[in-house]
Amino acid sequence: MERRLSLQANDWSLHRQGQRDAQRHAEKVKEAIKERLPQLVAEEAIITASGDKVVKVPIRSLELPRFRYDFGRNKHVGQGDGGSQAGQPVAGSGTHRGAGQEPGVDYLEAEIQIDDLAAILFEDLGLPNLTHKQSDALEAEAMEFRDVVRHGPMSNLDKRRTIRENIRRNALSGHARFGGIRNDDLRFKMHISTRRPETNAVIVAMRDVSGSMGDFEKYISRSFYFWMLKFLRTKYQNVRIVFITHHTEAKEVDEQTFFSLGESGGTKASSAYELALNVVKERYDPSRWNVYPFHFSDGDNWGDSDNQRCLALVRELIDLSSAVGYGEIRQGDARSTSTLMSAFQPIADPRFIRVEIHDKKDVYPALRRFFEPGAARPRAG
Amino acid sequence: MPNVDDNYLAALERRMEQVYAIAERQGLDPFPINWEVVPAEVMFELGAYGLPGRFSHWTHGRAYHRQKVMYDYGLSKIYELVINTNPSYAFLLDGNSVLQNTLIVAHVVAHVDFFKNNVYFADTNRGMVEGASASADRIRRYEFQHGRRKVEEFLDAVLSIEEHVDPHQRLRHPGKERRESAKAKPGEYDDLLAPHERPAPHPTKPRRVPERPEKDLLLFLIQHAPDLEDWQRDVIEIVRNEMLYFVPQMQTKIMNEGWASYWHSRIVRELELSDDEYIEFARMHARVVAPSKHDVNPYHVGLKIFEDVERRWNDPADEERERFGRQRGEGRAKIFEVRQLESDVSFLRNYLTDKLVEELDLYIYQMQDDKPVVVEKDAEKVRQIIVGSMTNFGVPYIQVEDGDYRKARELYLRHVYEGREIDVGYAERVLRYIHKIWGRPVHLETVLDNQPTLLSFDGRENVRKAA
Repeated sequence: MERRLSLQANDWSLHRQGQRDAQRHAEKVKEAIKERLPQLVAEEAIITASGDKVVKVPIRSLELPRFRYDFGRNKHVGQGDGGSQAGQPVAGSGTHRGAGQEPGVDYLEAEIQIDDLAAILFEDLGLPNLTHKQSDALEAEAMEFRDVVRHGPMSNLDKRRTIRENIRRNALSGHARFGGIRNDDLRFKMHISTRRPETNAVIVAMRDVSGSMGDFEKYISRSFYFWMLKFLRTKYQNVRIVFITHHTEAKEVDEQTFFSLGESGGTKASSAYELALNVVKERYDPSRWNVYPFHFSDGDNWGDSDNQRCLALVRELIDLSSAVGYGEIRQGDARSTSTLMSAFQPIADPRFIRVEIHDKKDVYPALRRFFEPGAARPRAG
Repeated sequence: MPNVDDNYLAALERRMEQVYAIAERQGLDPFPINWEVVPAEVMFELGAYGLPGRFSHWTHGRAYHRQKVMYDYGLSKIYELVINTNPSYAFLLDGNSVLQNTLIVAHVVAHVDFFKNNVYFADTNRGMVEGASASADRIRRYEFQHGRRKVEEFLDAVLSIEEHVDPHQRLRHPGKERRESAKAKPGEYDDLLAPHERPAPHPTKPRRVPERPEKDLLLFLIQHAPDLEDWQRDVIEIVRNEMLYFVPQMQTKIMNEGWASYWHSRIVRELELSDDEYIEFARMHARVVAPSKHDVNPYHVGLKIFEDVERRWNDPADEERERFGRQRGEGRAKIFEVRQLESDVSFLRNYLTDKLVEELDLYIYQMQDDKPVVVEKDAEKVRQIIVGSMTNFGVPYIQVEDGDYRKARELYLRHVYEGREIDVGYAERVLRYIHKIWGRPVHLETVLDNQPTLLSFDGRENVRKAA
């Protein structure tokens, strides 16, 4: 045998191919999450979670499909500790495939923070017809924790990342647990403040809380407004939001009440529009504010006379607003002709955006309809 | 830089000298090996790509990411990596102790001996590292010329059928491959010729494409896919060559790991170790050969079979002496012969005895209500299932039946059914990928619930019907 011993230790520190390709894989995971967005936005677990919470999103496995045998329908060989018998379960085993999974489609669970999910969701969305209005508080200082560094003031300590680093370091020596923090483990958030010009905008969020709004309708309007708020707060620093609920009477409420309120009674949508008009006229001069009234209802209104009143009020609102949104929520495909939606039929102004929601998965397209940036829009509806 | 100092390297080198001396005395015959100690990141990168410098693709990135996560959380690590080339390249982890790496060196020397001497490796490209990085360069150039996304999407399609090559092409049709690929030079494709230049169709028997069912799907696509551009044919060729290089390793997994485990245990035992080192060795060896409940641990089963063969040829039973004329003391010679001539399929078929099945407590299990349950212990049946799972290196056998199906150049594939059903959902998605390459409707005949079934994809939707 040829005796040739060549033992080396070289520098590979500039080698990056694995990381680059892993990056591309991460992009594909993100794309896969994006494809799932229509289903995700109406998930109860997500809507009730706070921003830094990590949710598990089932996405289609990024494994390339191959011709392979069907694991569940074929026989396999394994090895026991001695004396195993036919009929006994294979020890220490879970299932190979999650229950209820269709053959041929492997799902994996990608973990993502709600805020990151929101960022993907709103990547290309914006307030429609947003224009610069002269104003006193145009500039907003944006304080963002954008970076993580190894040194910094203790008050900026990023505890979660620090603990993770600690566990990671311990894991390398074989004990994946928390303990014995060293300076090396510390991670600090670093904020960067930027000044960016802001445009004043006010959202008037109107929600129908009358008795005719069933669980589904309430749930949908809540999830729509949940994402709308997330979206506005992620993208804009200087947006005011006015919350209005109504049944036969409208009132201005705070955010918490707005989301939790479930009342009963009849419906007079005009009351909400009237209140909205007053709020705008008194507090948000359209020459200085971009105004966006949104209204969600099941469209089941008091009667034709009130519908006509609504039509007039909405026309008045449109004149003061950058865009007006109306969403009608009706479970299933049942369409009625006597709803608010049909009353709004004559409105031709492109600033009036209307959507119908029949199903959970319609929420995401509705968001996109309302918040697709761009000025003059073709008549929607 | 890897995290090792000169003392470490010197100590390891002394041990390696000893390992080499023992290996030589015992008759192992490896290629020269270039050894390198590398940090973990490099190790999982090499593990993810299988070859240094191989082309970029997100599937490699995913493998890299997985190994990194497993390593970071202390769940698993790759101990060694060896490349089948001449000279061979072997990589050792810088975090291992000298003794751990000594065991790995002994293990790797036996792998390289196997690469050099097993007949299934006779045709592998021993300059594959250079080959793979030249291919990677070409793919990078195609990305530059045609766009990353486009090349990636095409690679996705090709990689989804990468196992469907024919390693025995040359045995089956001697000289055919060379002739056909010479014919397939750019600019000489039949369909590029003007109709009047085409040879007149044969008056009596129209030529069938392929003439016989073709197992090498990639080769068939290179030669006959109607609308591919040159770079696309080259990408298929690259994937096919790399797969042909990997196939012998897939065909001899159990043998190769068994052989290496057999030798690392014998060689390390002959070294002069301290008590602590011996315990460290015993621990590591036990971890490597631990049995697995859900599949066959190649290290364990391979090792046990080699040991059993050696014993039976060293000390044959009376019956073996009488019936086969077997002499005593031929064990060592016999296992060297086995490592030269067999692949996993014949190795298990010939040497996994009833007694071994019993001793190793091998069983057949099946999913029942989503839980795995032991269903059979009979040795012959166990052998059948295990050999079946190795046949065609564990991948369903697919062949091209007709490249002009329905006289419309549709592609008709057949799954050669041997009692095991394919995963239909996956198969339908693969058909979409093949359609991307072939450019026209694609069909796959298979058997589902004992019914011949035809899966089709016409470019818009998957259809499933009785064949």
